[in-house]
Amino acid sequence: MSKKNKKTVEKEYRKPLVKKRKPNRSIAGDIFLYLFLVFVAFVMAFPIIYAVSSALKPLDELFKFPPKIFAQNPTLDNFSDLFVTMGKSWVTFSRYLFNTVFITFVGTAGHLIVASMGAFVLAKYEFPGNALFFRIVTVSMMFTGYVTQIPNYMLLNKLGWIDSYWAIIIPAFASPMGLFLMKQFMEGLPTSLIEAAKIDGANEWKVFRSIVMPNVKPAWMTLIIFSVQGLWNNKAATYIYSEEKKTLVYALQQIQAGGIARTGQGAAVLVVVMIVPIAIFIFSESQILETMASSGLKD
Amino acid sequence: MKEFFHKYWVMRKFDISVAWKKAKRSKNCYLFLAPYAILFAMFFVYPVIASIFYSFTYYNILEAPRFLGLQNYISLILEDDIFLTSIKNTLMIAIFTGPLGYIMSFLFAWLINELPRWVRSVAVVVFYAPSIAGNCYVIFSVFFRGDAYGYVNAFLQNLGIIDAPILWFINPTYMLPICMVVILWMSLGTGFLSFVAGLQGIDKSQYEAGYMDGIKNRWQELWYITLPNMKPMLMFGAVMSITTAFGVCDVTMALCGYPSTDYAARTIVTHLFDYGFSRFEMGYACAIATILFLMMILCNKAIQSLLRRVGT
Repeated sequence: MSKKNKKTVEKEYRKPLVKKRKPNRSIAGDIFLYLFLVFVAFVMAFPIIYAVSSALKPLDELFKFPPKIFAQNPTLDNFSDLFVTMGKSWVTFSRYLFNTVFITFVGTAGHLIVASMGAFVLAKYEFPGNALFFRIVTVSMMFTGYVTQIPNYMLLNKLGWIDSYWAIIIPAFASPMGLFLMKQFMEGLPTSLIEAAKIDGANEWKVFRSIVMPNVKPAWMTLIIFSVQGLWNNKAATYIYSEEKKTLVYALQQIQAGGIARTGQGAAVLVVVMIVPIAIFIFSESQILETMASSGLKD
Repeated sequence: MKEFFHKYWVMRKFDISVAWKKAKRSKNCYLFLAPYAILFAMFFVYPVIASIFYSFTYYNILEAPRFLGLQNYISLILEDDIFLTSIKNTLMIAIFTGPLGYIMSFLFAWLINELPRWVRSVAVVVFYAPSIAGNCYVIFSVFFRGDAYGYVNAFLQNLGIIDAPILWFINPTYMLPICMVVILWMSLGTGFLSFVAGLQGIDKSQYEAGYMDGIKNRWQELWYITLPNMKPMLMFGAVMSITTAFGVCDVTMALCGYPSTDYAARTIVTHLFDYGFSRFEMGYACAIATILFLMMILCNKAIQSLLRRVGT
């Protein structure tokens, strides 16, 4: 009975379908803007749509001229061919997949733990060196990883990590972007929450584990997504030589480089490589946007 | 000089002792920060310093580094005309795609901000997807294929604009512009997400107050309310777009080849790869890296001081 009542009440207060228009907006301007947006969205999406549809085309349609944007008789032949080719390679498909999943998983997990531990104290405690350290981290976001590649290689070589998974995993732990986003998001947490826990007798570790971490789940997701994107697309070709330790993306792009005979499979590779980051992004979009709201760089 | 240091020490003694006491009291904080700090120092701080150090030496990994002074820089600027080409190309790409991509990111974030919620989330995916689509940009090599069956060539020939197919990725006149188009296509990245989220977070009552105070159209609203509120995000987006604009190499290497015809698509990073990982002249490559580093940091500082004036 009470449920029914609730429902009727909700219905009465439902939002109107057509919102009241804002002042300062002309209808012509709005229509023009929407048309413009649709056009741009089409231009942006076209290469991706084309890549997906050419992965679905049978071989004779791939070379058809003039081309059709959408496949006439869509098949999954290209994908099955791809798996046949991968199956025939010296290192099996499952091994490549394992390499990528292992690197991605361990790298992301470690990055999440290490970066959020650092971000926690940077955001919530006052200690000498705090501001300086964070400033150095922000500066390090200002140059690309290519700048540090050569000394990095020599360092990894001295540590004996060249040609092992650790050459990719350990540097990924220290990615400045994750720490930055996490710290900015944690600053939004009320300090009183932490103080209350402290008065109840929790030490720093306890506060971190059972108060702070459960409250920053959106930031977790964002860190995970950025880290997964980076590691999934990492070809690792500079640091790893042994074929059996190379990543899936590397192997797939080798197939793609196989020339005209592999056109169909190459198109399938494009789709396989891009589908994972895009899918993850679609599923976690709202959490990412929640975190990015606090991403601003204040000075 | 000694006296100066002595005076400085006396004056700062108290500050240092206070800081030391504070540091002692917050030992746990350092423990928490330590894992990240150590890794960060190893893989981000040390390499920059080492790179600056090696840039003054001749070093080929096999022999011990030999000190050269400024020789590397002198030969880079005075003798290596390919390096000058690469600087020119990088700057062209950065000047063109950096600001334009940045403005595009903001513009589209701003335009989709007023759409209904579900349309907005679809739009964010559509605009953001190219920048995370792996190496999807190689699809452009199909569009711009060099023979008469390349789609762009065929299209232009049908219209009668050109009478012979253009070798888009081999002819130096067309290489850079096409690469710029591809980079622009991919330029709605992390900064774009930050803008979208930031625009959502602006307090709605500020707009209402603005209407009361007589803001006439959406442009005034943008300049007087939206932009000042977005300043931190604008800074963040600028950092992101400068970093990507100067680090271009994947796109040019995949589309125009490595090395490209007449070095017309060579960027600084490509030059760095060439000397670092093909010729193993690490000292020389480190000099290139140092120049790139300085360019990026200086550019970032300049842009930041410019952005501080926005909306005031």
